[in-house]
Amino acid sequence: MNFITIDKSNWTKGIEKSRETYQIFGPVEDKNGCRIEPLEAGVQPIMDADVTVMSPKSVLFPQTETILTADLDESKDDHHIMKRAKQQYTPRAVLGIRPYDARAIQLVKLNFDNPDYQDPYWCDAYEATTFVGLGVNRPGPCDFSTSTGCGPFSEEGLDVLLADLDDRYLAKVLTPKGEAWAAACGFDAGADAKESQALFDILRKEAEKNISTDLAFDKLAQKSILDLYEAPFWDDVAFSCINCGTCTYVCPTCWCFDIQDETKHKKAARFRIWDTCMSPLFTSHASGHNPRESKVHRVRQRFMHKLKYFVDKYDQGIMCVGCGRCVASCPVNIDIREVCKTMNNYEKK
Amino acid sequence: MDTCIEKIKAICTDLFSKGEVEKVIGFAGGSIPMATRPIAVTSEADVEKLVFNAFCGLNLANYVTKNNLPKDGAKIAVVAKGCDARNLVTHMVENQVPRDQVYIIGVPCTGMADKRRIAQRFEDEITQCTQDGDTFTVTSALQQEVIAKKDVLRHNCQYCTHRNPPVYDVMAGEPVEEQILDQPFPDVDHIASMDPETRWDHFAELTKNCIRCYACRNACPLCYCPTCFVDESSPQWVGKGQDETDITTFHFLRAFHCAGRCTDCGACVEACPMGINVRDFTRKLNKDALDLFGWEAGMDLDRRPPLDVYSPDDPDDFIK
Repeated sequence: MNFITIDKSNWTKGIEKSRETYQIFGPVEDKNGCRIEPLEAGVQPIMDADVTVMSPKSVLFPQTETILTADLDESKDDHHIMKRAKQQYTPRAVLGIRPYDARAIQLVKLNFDNPDYQDPYWCDAYEATTFVGLGVNRPGPCDFSTSTGCGPFSEEGLDVLLADLDDRYLAKVLTPKGEAWAAACGFDAGADAKESQALFDILRKEAEKNISTDLAFDKLAQKSILDLYEAPFWDDVAFSCINCGTCTYVCPTCWCFDIQDETKHKKAARFRIWDTCMSPLFTSHASGHNPRESKVHRVRQRFMHKLKYFVDKYDQGIMCVGCGRCVASCPVNIDIREVCKTMNNYEKK
Repeated sequence: MDTCIEKIKAICTDLFSKGEVEKVIGFAGGSIPMATRPIAVTSEADVEKLVFNAFCGLNLANYVTKNNLPKDGAKIAVVAKGCDARNLVTHMVENQVPRDQVYIIGVPCTGMADKRRIAQRFEDEITQCTQDGDTFTVTSALQQEVIAKKDVLRHNCQYCTHRNPPVYDVMAGEPVEEQILDQPFPDVDHIASMDPETRWDHFAELTKNCIRCYACRNACPLCYCPTCFVDESSPQWVGKGQDETDITTFHFLRAFHCAGRCTDCGACVEACPMGINVRDFTRKLNKDALDLFGWEAGMDLDRRPPLDVYSPDDPDDFIK
């Protein structure tokens, strides 16, 4: 395990140098705070940004992604044959993501990269990406990431973890990908491993003090699916829900998508878009029947998936990293922490 | 305004004890600073859960629809600011809910706070916010500020001329003075003064970061269509990706669907997670309805909306 000191006066120069190898992503100003986007040459990531409204899942899984294209011009030999859309999978580095978002990508990986199925688009993007996280010194009131198996200085899924020490970053290089990134930036001022780790431990403990929610989900796995499914509290949980897709779109772990085909003149494209289980269309059948016809069904589905089906299927805890984005953005303040508590404490009478 | 809550609770307790309503739709406290949540209170014991403060910015008429009224004709009560009450009236005028099934607890409103404007004053995340009358004490890890409500009022509340419900069954307080504005639509006038190219750019920029979550639509009491045109799949009227044309198609059509119906309650903007001021679309239509037809939605149970009546005095020639 390698530690490097990066003087902030060298940071920008290093990042610009790394552009010889990497396409850079990071938080940039947007009228709505910050969002994580590809950064044009000269544009620097805002490393001390507040939590971004949208998570970095879009770096690997864009909201709209063309996956196949075809030429409809019948004079061409290959007309109407769908071919994989040309995408760039050259190395990219995502800077300043929060540690819980890196764990979220590992949870999303369970869906896109597993023994049964490897999604070529997601896997190629993942392979090309180096994740450079920044420890969160002051977690906000919606952050409950210490409960979900990560926390403000978690290393899971990261290639490099940075700690902000005012005038410098202390970098913990965690993987060969991380080493390559640091080398490409020219960051090579080694730091004492023992002292550095001690510093990380102090920062982590200080940061964790800001997180007051201790979320328990220890009893979810033992509960019967049907008991939870038929529990009487869903009407209350769902009452205020307006059934928008905000919670699912801001969620770093929601991975559901829809496939759409569109044609324009002689070109056809098949693309995938984020889908949301909050929408009636999500389960609308061609027959007109909809098995999740009311918002209560849909709200229940969202929480059952995150807090029960996922727990049972993968044995990796809940499908939530505690970033609190859904809590912060929900127009009607539906709080997954409360729903989790209600489910965890539920005993069928 | 915070004294209203005691009156609201007393009214609700009375309604439940007399068995006059099946439930009360109001606001409950939220789990994070500056948040509230709509709630249905069904018993006297739960009346304590109700709150009313400057963060009750959604429109509760959205929770009063044909399908969720009691089937046996029983009444429900709704805590209604001026705009919520106007949207209840709109529901009634549009034959969605019968007047005699809704008990309107009118709240004289002095405006809602804009959470984004408050958050902009802070470098880090807000950890606590308390309201005392017309001031807030807001705290983050780095700062504490005392903020006057008038300095962080939502834009629609600054230009509101119907703070008191025009129709109600009981008022939870003395009516407040209505604002008289010299320029009720400066924002619309500003956009109208742009040359077409600039105006197009303005709207393109406005919706640029739309994620199509449809929170604006779903927070709106007017959007009660069983299936919205964007959710139709056969035929599919509009593409579902992030294409600019599809995004603007949604916003334009949604706005036009609200013409002569919108009360400028601001719930759409309140709900938008991306900070898009979708009222830039609807406000123009509200101004047109007022200028051309002298119409403001939801003011009168007996007057038909301009878009469903023919009048020989119609300002347009083509229809005569």
